This record gives sequence, structure tokens and C-alpha cells, in this order.
Amino acid sequence: MKISGAQGIIECLLEQGVDTVFGYPGGRILPLYDAIYEGKIRHILTVHEQGAIHAADGYARASGKVGVCIATSGPGATNLVTGLANAYLDSVPLVVITGQVSTDLIGADAFQEVDITGITMPITKHNFLVKDVATLPEIMRFAFRIASSGRPGPVLIDVPSDIQLDVFNFTQEEEQEKNKPRFQWELSQLGSSLIDRAAAVLETAKQPVMIVGGGVVSSGAYEQVVALAEKMNAPVVSTLMGLGSFSSEHPLFLGLTGMHGHKRANLAVHGADVVIAIGSRFNDRVTGNKFKYAEGKTLIHIDVDPAELDKNVSTHIPLAGDVKQLVTTLNERIKPFNPSPWWKVIWEWKQEFAVKPDGNDLSATWMLKQVAERTKGKPFIFATDVGQHQMWAAQNLHIETPRSWITSGGLGTMGFGLPAAIGAQIAMPTKRVIAIVGDGGMKMTGCELFTAASQGLPLITIIVDNSSLGMVRQLQQLFYKQRYSESLLPVPMDFVCFAKAFGIEGTLTTTQEEFLAAFSAAIESNCPRVIIVKIPTEQLVTPMLKPNSPLDTFMDI
Amino acid sequence: MGHHTISILVLNQSGVLVRVAGMFSRRGFNIESLAVGTTHVPEYSRITAVMQGSDAIVAQVVKQLEKLVEVRAVEILPVNTAVVRDMAMIKVKAAQNKKLEVLQLAETFGAKVVDISNETLMVEITSGKTNTDALIDALSSYGILEMIRTGVVGLQRGDCSIYEKEKCEISALFDTAQVEA
Repeated sequence: MKISGAQGIIECLLEQGVDTVFGYPGGRILPLYDAIYEGKIRHILTVHEQGAIHAADGYARASGKVGVCIATSGPGATNLVTGLANAYLDSVPLVVITGQVSTDLIGADAFQEVDITGITMPITKHNFLVKDVATLPEIMRFAFRIASSGRPGPVLIDVPSDIQLDVFNFTQEEEQEKNKPRFQWELSQLGSSLIDRAAAVLETAKQPVMIVGGGVVSSGAYEQVVALAEKMNAPVVSTLMGLGSFSSEHPLFLGLTGMHGHKRANLAVHGADVVIAIGSRFNDRVTGNKFKYAEGKTLIHIDVDPAELDKNVSTHIPLAGDVKQLVTTLNERIKPFNPSPWWKVIWEWKQEFAVKPDGNDLSATWMLKQVAERTKGKPFIFATDVGQHQMWAAQNLHIETPRSWITSGGLGTMGFGLPAAIGAQIAMPTKRVIAIVGDGGMKMTGCELFTAASQGLPLITIIVDNSSLGMVRQLQQLFYKQRYSESLLPVPMDFVCFAKAFGIEGTLTTTQEEFLAAFSAAIESNCPRVIIVKIPTEQLVTPMLKPNSPLDTFMDI
Repeated sequence: MGHHTISILVLNQSGVLVRVAGMFSRRGFNIESLAVGTTHVPEYSRITAVMQGSDAIVAQVVKQLEKLVEVRAVEILPVNTAVVRDMAMIKVKAAQNKKLEVLQLAETFGAKVVDISNETLMVEITSGKTNTDALIDALSSYGILEMIRTGVVGLQRGDCSIYEKEKCEISALFDTAQVEA
């Protein structure tokens, strides 16, 4: 059929099973918006392009599908840059479509022209500039394959306005072609012998530990990972990105590892003789001092991306490939064992570092434990922003299922939480999404409450308000002689009034009773709600590892 | 830490060189030389990059290159079983009484004189890197006006071909990177 490039984009999106896109219109993307007007695809208009791409990101993380985001050329495209970097560092599959000036104007510094493929080259898995409408369908299909295959990531397609208008002969991707098996990963002989070695090492391990990372979530290998952990009876710790891939309620689960991880979890990794890391890239926030991290240990590293093996920490047994198959094969070749003396040590740590009861004042940690208690076993998704509240949430919430923990791990993007929560709520209408944000990040992208209100989302936003940029302030307290440069926000912000501007009911809570009442009301409500949790400025995130140190050196704070 | 010569088969498309060069700079790998040219297959270009680094760093470079969608194959040219050459053109000061001396010098290194003016000679050499370095060193005492090098290119000896390493699946445009254990 003869259609325009813009209509072709819609057809290709439908072909990929896309029913929802996030975006913001503008001059050079008008032809595509004209095609969107036909109503074949649900378009979520956000307040800002950054909101659109974070929402697409949250949508992808919550659903496991490819998120789609649309923006215009120039400033529309550059406003996506942070969101692309965020998705790239957290390996989130996105297809991002930007308008571009018409092909005859490219390179002329035309109005709203930027070289967005050039700008985003280092922060996309791949990007395209469409120069001929006939190649558009192939590029769209390929973009979806790149975004979702192997290690997922964002792909950008820049479409000049004349290409969107050009009429061409569109043919549906034939079912046969669509379902044709693409590259099929198979275990190589080398891989097989490495698995044998891994099995042998694990079976003789006295103090094994399993680390699960974001790759377990994106590969969907949850069951395989649980089966392997149970066979080994090994304690399991999770990176920030891996939370939920292994249920927090599982008896083998010790908690969060890394800079603000649980002591028992970090001590277990530090004391381990064999560490098997699945879908984790040994980021510096996970390893502390990367040179001391592997001392006296045998490291087994399973990841879909061969380039992650030996990148940050050199491993003894590197296994690249399909995580599900690798874990399954390893599980088949391993004999069950039980490192019981190791568990005795861990039990002692568990008791020694048992969570201390919170006082009677309203604190973030108390609040999060209450939220965890009241949402236990129910279909909730938690999205966070970045900072102290994020670490408190990672430590105190109980993430029981994969894709119910959405956080900006690699880039640490303040302002991510609320728009990501909106995307997650749109992706998962049968679940309830709770956004946990700080007062700093809420000011960055808080206007996206407008999107939540206009879409009528039952989103609960909890603002942990300590009247400061808490994590910055914490670092200044500990490492900059308490010189709180630009991190204190003593001028109050009335978040209740702010929420009201969008027609959303906000509740300020300063006591435990007030919070519980507000939270119960929010849960019972079907509308977006905002709850402000006022906490003292001085609360610190603990435990905390000394920077660039082994995992057993905690800061005395 | 040694020199490594990496041969990269890429799709002949605009932007490929930027992606490859950008990967090096972005990840803090230094390129000593970079040479690009077409091949007998019109869809492909071949890049030769020389870099310094430990074996671990070079292994990481190869893996990062393989992740680029338009990169079809990567190989490290082995020092002992590859022929590597670069070409240099050197314009050297040579008054009439020095011309013969420079000509003889060039001949000793297997170089050719390709242009002569009143006060200068232009010398062209295609050779291994150390030989070229030595010639430049020898000519510098006469005064080098300007010079240029192409950067190293090379092929493995014997009947092997980089096309054997090509990623298995290519779509009408091209297809995504494969992973292997």
C-alpha cells in the first residue's frame, strides 16, 4: 500500500506490537503527529521530553517490552539525551524517534537542527538517520531487534520531515519473516568446558555467594537462578539493579550489596571463597575497591555481554551468552551441596546486624518498612528517584518479584522517579505504582504530576522531604568538613499546594500516625495522590562503605 | 604493553569511522594510527588501527569493537605472521650539492624519489614501521619541510581471510551483534 513515511512509522510500530508511545510534538515531527491523530496508537503526552523518555523507560522496565518515545528535532531531541544515557547505562530497551530538519537543510544549521545521531552515538546501542523512505521499515524493524536482543539498550531513529512526508510502497513484514528465528545462541565447546569448571569450583566451595544483577531481570532467568541458588544452598545478594529478580522473602536472600548495602550481604561477599555473579557488571558502587574485591576468591561471571567479562574485575571463569541457558546448564551439571558452616557465620552476622527498631518519630526508614509491610504479597511496583531515599528504599522495601523495582542505577538520574513511575503505571494498569522521591528530584520533574493527573493514574507519590539534597549533604558532612555548599534547602516548598495545582490531593505528614492515615487513604483512593513525609535534615544513609575500600570497611557513622 | 595492530572489517556506510574512532576515545584507548579504505567487496571497508596497551586492554578493545553494529569482524594481526606496511612521503631540503647524497640515502632504505625541485626532494617509502622511522630519522638532519604517513595497514600471511570471522547473520541492512561463550 502507498502511504507516507509517517504512516509507515505507525504501521511498523503496530507490527512490533506497540500500543502505547510517549512523546511531545514539535515542528519537524508534525507529519508523524498527524499520523498519530488517526488514533491507531495510544500517545501519552508528557510535560517535557525528558519526562517522555523516562516514562518510556519505566514502561519498558515494568513490562519487559520495548519502550517507545517520540520528540521533535533540535531541543526536543536534546532533551532526550539524559533519558537515553539513563536507559543505556541500565540496559533498557527503547526505540526513540526524533524529527529532523528536511534532508535538503541538513548541515545548514537550520532552525531547530542538531546532529542528534552524532550527539547520542556514545549513549545509544545504535542510531540511524533515515535518508530514504524506502529503508524506513527495515530500519524500524532492525531498531526493535537491536533494542531488545542481547544486552538490551536504547536505539534512536532520526527521521527528517520530508522523509516523513514521502510516499512509498509499504509492505507488511511477512509473518514468516517476523517469526524467523534470528541468531540462535548455542553453547560453544569452550563455554561447555568453562561450565564444567564452574561446577567443579562451586561444588568444592566452602563459602559461596551468588550475586544477582540487572541482567537477571532483563534475561528473565529468575526461576533458573532460584533453582541454581537452591541447589547450591548459597546465600544470594543483589545489586541495586538486581532487586526483585530474587525474592527478598527467600530464605537464601541476604539483601543489597554495594556502597550502601546491608552489612550481612557485603560481609558475605567479602568473606566468600567463590562468587558467582549473574548479570552484574561489577560497577564501582558494587565492588568498592576493585583491586581488592577479588582477592582470595574465585570469580565466576555470567553475562550476556562478552565485553563485560574482565572489564571492571578480571574473572577466573567468564561465561558470556544467554543467561537463562548458561544458568540452566550449570544447574544441570552441579551436585547439590550445603555449605552449613558458612551459614552459621552468616546467621551470626544476621543477628549481629539485625535491623534496629525505629523510634517513634517519623523517619524514612520507618516509613519504608511500613510501606513494605502494607504492600507485602500484593501487586505493587516501586519506582524511586536518586539519592538518600533511593538507598533507604533499596534497603527497607521488600521487592518480591522482578520488574517491580524501578530505579536509575547506572546514571543516577535525579528527576527519573516520577516520570518512570508514570510509565510503569501505564504499562501495568492492574498493579499499583508507588513513586518514592526526594524533595530535590521532585522539584526537577515534579510537573509530570500533570501527566499523572491528565491520565487519571492511581499513582501514589511519596516525597521524602528533608529540606536538603540529602545525599550531597551526606557526602559533604562526611568528606567535606560539613561545608554544606548549595545542598541545604531551608526555604520551604509547599508540595501540598504544588500537587493541588494539578488537581491532586497532597497530604503533609509529620508523625507516624499521620503517615499511616495518609497512606491508607491513598491506597483506598483510585486517583493520583501525593504524600509528603517530613523528616529531619540530618538523617544519614547507613551502612556505608568507605570509598574505594574492601566490602568489610564500613564508615563509622 | 606493546603495539597491537587491529584489523576491522566494517560496513561501508557513513558514520562508521566516527563510531569506531569514537569508541577508542570514549573508553580512553589511544590510537597511534588509523587507516581506512575500501575492499574488493563494495559493501565493506577495512580499518587498520594500531594501539598500545596490555593484552587485557586489547582484548577489551576487540570486544567493544565487536559490539558495534556495523563492525562485521575484528582480528588482531599477529606480529610474526602478518605483513604490515605504512607509506610515508617526506619533503626534504636538498640543495644541488646535497641531492645525490639524499638520493643514495633514500635508495639504501628502499625509498623512491618522486619529485625534485631546486631546493627540495620528495621521498616516498612503503615499508615496515621501523624502517620508515629510521629513514625519517636519517632525513631529518637535512631538514624536513613537511611529511605525511598513511598509518599502518596489514594482512595476515597464508590462506586465511577476515571474512571467515564474519558475524553469521546479516539482514538486508545488517544485523545485530552476536554473543558467544
